[in-house]
Amino acid sequence: MIEDYKGILVIGEIYEGKIRPVTFQLITKARELADTLNTSLSTVLIGYNINDMAKEPIYYGADKVYVLDNKMFDPYIAEVYSAVLAKFIDQLKPEIVLIPATHTGREYGPRIAAALQTGMTADCTDLAIKNGRFIQIRPAYGGNIMGEIFTPNHRPQIATVRPNVFKARDPDTSRKGEIINSAPDLSGINIRTYIKDVVKTTVAGAKKIDEAKVIVSGGRGVGSKEGFELLKQLADLLGGAVGASRVAVDLGWMPKSAQVGQSGITVAPDLYIACGISGTIQHIVGMKDSKIIVAINKDPNAPIFNIADFGIVGDLNEVIPIFIDELKKVLNK
Amino acid sequence: MKILVLVKQVPDTSEVKFNENGVMIREGLQSILNMFDQFAVEEALRIREKYGGEVSVMTLAPEQAKSALQKCLALGADKAYHISDRAFGGSDTLATSYALSLAIKKVGDFDLIMAGNQATDGDTGHIGPQVAQFLGIPHVSYVEKIENVEGDKVLVKSLLEDGYRMIEVKLPALLACIPPPNFEYSNPSMMGIVKAKNKPYVWLKADDIDGDKSRFGLNGSPTRVMKMYPPPKRSRGEVFTGNYNEAVKKIIDVLKEKKVIS
Repeated sequence: MIEDYKGILVIGEIYEGKIRPVTFQLITKARELADTLNTSLSTVLIGYNINDMAKEPIYYGADKVYVLDNKMFDPYIAEVYSAVLAKFIDQLKPEIVLIPATHTGREYGPRIAAALQTGMTADCTDLAIKNGRFIQIRPAYGGNIMGEIFTPNHRPQIATVRPNVFKARDPDTSRKGEIINSAPDLSGINIRTYIKDVVKTTVAGAKKIDEAKVIVSGGRGVGSKEGFELLKQLADLLGGAVGASRVAVDLGWMPKSAQVGQSGITVAPDLYIACGISGTIQHIVGMKDSKIIVAINKDPNAPIFNIADFGIVGDLNEVIPIFIDELKKVLNK
Repeated sequence: MKILVLVKQVPDTSEVKFNENGVMIREGLQSILNMFDQFAVEEALRIREKYGGEVSVMTLAPEQAKSALQKCLALGADKAYHISDRAFGGSDTLATSYALSLAIKKVGDFDLIMAGNQATDGDTGHIGPQVAQFLGIPHVSYVEKIENVEGDKVLVKSLLEDGYRMIEVKLPALLACIPPPNFEYSNPSMMGIVKAKNKPYVWLKADDIDGDKSRFGLNGSPTRVMKMYPPPKRSRGEVFTGNYNEAVKKIIDVLKEKKVIS
């Protein structure tokens, strides 16, 4: 019976020993949904040696935090996470489950929905409650269409939600909640997946585009790998990350982990500065939800100007240094 | 090595046009083989070349999707399975994955199942993981390369947002594939196109796959699309030419005002 399913569950993601920021973004949004539905909000953390972090979700709005701590959960393996979480969800019976639409979330998440034979909506960019119904909003057809999806007769309703579409609230360390150490059900788990190596392609210390509030991104117009150094100076000044168009990645100027767009990463920072990027539809899909878009391009007819809040027609090698100088004045650096 | 690649025909969304109200015009969009799937097919053919075996392709779609399977055959795949029945109309990703998994069980034991990581129309990325779940086999998503096959194990490179993992997975397994930067897609040769016409092409109906029919099509789909609409449009803002200093100052003022910088 679908009435037996109550509350919202956010699956927390732990990455490199920390709770990933998207988790707090989802908890913040889920708190709002839970208040509208007058129901409770839980988070489940899965990993190894993670008890120290268990309080954090409470600061962002969780009422309860379930901790599934086991050596088997580090490193992350899709078949293990999906099996353990499916059993956990089947027992908890939440009406809504939110999963970060990270590469990992989009890998193990769909298996959970199949295991529970319920509906799932991928990569949502907004969530709402309308007439008591949980509405999942997502782009399709390369971002050319938005769809509103709901799950009338199956529970739980599961959604993966894109990072950075919701803002995490400021943590309130005085908030109280309950931490529950659950013994994960490991029965029947058959591990056939082995992690042999993990390689980072981001430059050590470089900001990640999927977590940055400011992104300075470059395309063909940057001209060379060395040309990105100028973009990095601007990004550093703004506390941001350096991104790239597909062309710049294909030419080997930037790593794949910096690629913004349909075949790369979708971003929605507060500020996106596109330098020497013409603005193919595949690129625009990946950044059009940024709050403020600034475009610098030599070609006055570049499509990027059609979606930019501010455009400068000109050579980025002349414009960016002026940007840097003016910013230094304003920031007193 | 018996390999099966799951493929989908999709509208070519890189050529989308809009009407005067900003609504995407879906009519007249060319149908193409999903690029992620084509990469999976080409990767499967590479593995066949290296280790021997057979590459089959499968789709669940109306009859018109035959051209997508024909393209796979023309590229070099050995055999095609086309599941097509009105009973599957309105399937969401769960119902599609369920039907595909039944068909896979029906037609044979595959060592390796591959698929595009996602299709460029729906972009869900659900089919690979869900088919694997229904078959009870492991899977890896975001696979950019199959490094090697050794005995009953395959070593793959799987992308993360900030790097990649080398993962060894025991066969049978499913790999959801994503083309690497710079991937150059092959075009079928004339010879390939001619040969494709004589390759086995198997049609499957709902009655041909054993399963719970209440889980097929719209009835077997938990999700419903309530409405579709064009995305909020961003409009063209202020575009400056010349006098960069003035332009930059103006932009910085707005960034300050909006508290993007402080």
